[in-house]
Amino acid sequence: MAHAVEIRDLHKSFGDLEVLKGVDFTVDEGQVVCVIGPSGSGKSTLLRCVNLLEQPTKGKVTVGGVELTDPDVDIDAARRRLGMVFQSFNLFPHLTVLQNVMIAQRRVLKRGKNEAERIARDNLDKVGVGAKCDAFPPQLSGGQQQRVAIARALAMDPELMLFDEPTSALDPELVGDVLSVMRDLARDGMTMLVVTHEMSFAREVADRVVFMDGGVIVEEGPPDQVIGAPQHARTRTFLKRVLDPTHAEDDVSAGQDGAAADSPPAR
Amino acid sequence: MADQSMTAEPAGPAGRAPGGSRLSPRKKQRISRGVQYVILIAAVVAVAFLTNWQGLAQNFAKMDVARQAFPDVFTVALRNTIIYTVGGFVFGSLGGLLLALMRLSSVRPYRWIAIVYIEIFRGLPALLIFLLILFLPLALPGFEVPGGTYGQGVLGLTIVSSAYMAETLRAGLQAVPKGQTEAARSLGMSHSRAMISVVIPQAIRIVIPPTTNQFVSLLKDSSLVLFLGVSGEYVELTKFGNDLASTTSNATPILVVGLTYLLVTIPLGYLAGRLETRQAKGR
Repeated sequence: MAHAVEIRDLHKSFGDLEVLKGVDFTVDEGQVVCVIGPSGSGKSTLLRCVNLLEQPTKGKVTVGGVELTDPDVDIDAARRRLGMVFQSFNLFPHLTVLQNVMIAQRRVLKRGKNEAERIARDNLDKVGVGAKCDAFPPQLSGGQQQRVAIARALAMDPELMLFDEPTSALDPELVGDVLSVMRDLARDGMTMLVVTHEMSFAREVADRVVFMDGGVIVEEGPPDQVIGAPQHARTRTFLKRVLDPTHAEDDVSAGQDGAAADSPPAR
Repeated sequence: MADQSMTAEPAGPAGRAPGGSRLSPRKKQRISRGVQYVILIAAVVAVAFLTNWQGLAQNFAKMDVARQAFPDVFTVALRNTIIYTVGGFVFGSLGGLLLALMRLSSVRPYRWIAIVYIEIFRGLPALLIFLLILFLPLALPGFEVPGGTYGQGVLGLTIVSSAYMAETLRAGLQAVPKGQTEAARSLGMSHSRAMISVVIPQAIRIVIPPTTNQFVSLLKDSSLVLFLGVSGEYVELTKFGNDLASTTSNATPILVVGLTYLLVTIPLGYLAGRLETRQAKGR
């Protein structure tokens, strides 16, 4: 059985700046993989390389058995099988919520109007914004906009969903709505690759957690291992900063392994 | 001005230059303002007395001549002005959109063609372009602009406006956030589909206010149709006013035509302003 996503020796440079310095990893079908790490660690770039929004400088990206880095691949066709959710939602502001979810179905999948509308309404109901069909995106809260963005991606029946810090632009009290939608999605067996700072989400939902720093994967494994008992000092430092920002400057090495993750409360 | 002098006042006594004039800045300003008003009133009075009002009225506001202008000034002249302008605007917008897309294209020759066109036709006086059109049949024997006189007028305005519209639309296309294209592409849309369904509709909304202003200047440029030597049913406002002024040896038609232009341009100008404020609020 092929992996849902297979990445081999992925490099990406922006000019002289090398953001990814050789990344290898895989996501299996039905798995939820969370990528964590400090900002600038290359985790968003990694995600954007998976659907080729960034063209890798070197390396191989294979999704569902199709090598996307092959120059002759039909990238539009390949992207149809991947859903992407952005940090800044990127809803189309000139279209209503319903039209946002319908447009790619109509124009890309060539679905009929009635079918597209039915699928759009189903998905909007599923993420809990079914009542907002006729609103325009700027009229919605951030949490609602992000859920519409998830519905928009789901309406294309993707095999894999990519989430690029989906809750980072949200007010704290709206984060939960989006995370619960993602949790349901994971429960339904969707293959997901999630870049996030939500450690409690990663711990609860992820099958595997990948910690990145400086353009490489430092550590990966089950969440209880990577978040609960990190092996590397860099992972421990990062987790301590994220989980307990107030005491981030305290000496990390003073605690024994796992001390960082034990310090409550994880948000 | 007023609050400037107010704020300066508390510092007044301390700030007074030693050995300088004893007038505070506020008093100085008051005197200067007074002098300006006196000069202004004197000028208005002088103009009012020295002007030959009767002569002016005879030449610019002669009622029976003005009456001759109606209803043709609306039914023929204004109508034609609007035909030329709208025609030039529609084709200019389409041409401008094409040029803007070429200008932003990753294909280098497209960019070059667009840049050359835009630079040439923004840099030339509109009148020169109309003269060129006039001489086109000489340069290309047998060639005729489709649509006859209307076609020629519209062609001239299209050539001019497409160059300006190209730059406006390019700015609009670039103002659409990159995330919009990324979202569209990530949904499997091709580059051109993303442009048509997502980027261009938003760019058009962004450029509506500046485009309204462009429409107004195009409306004024339509007066250059005069130089195509149009006559009869094809005359637009300026030509109409000019002809009637010649036949009646009186300048009143010019005034009538001028007011007709303002009837259209001033409301459009206000509309552009309002659209601009509305858009500024919406962001």
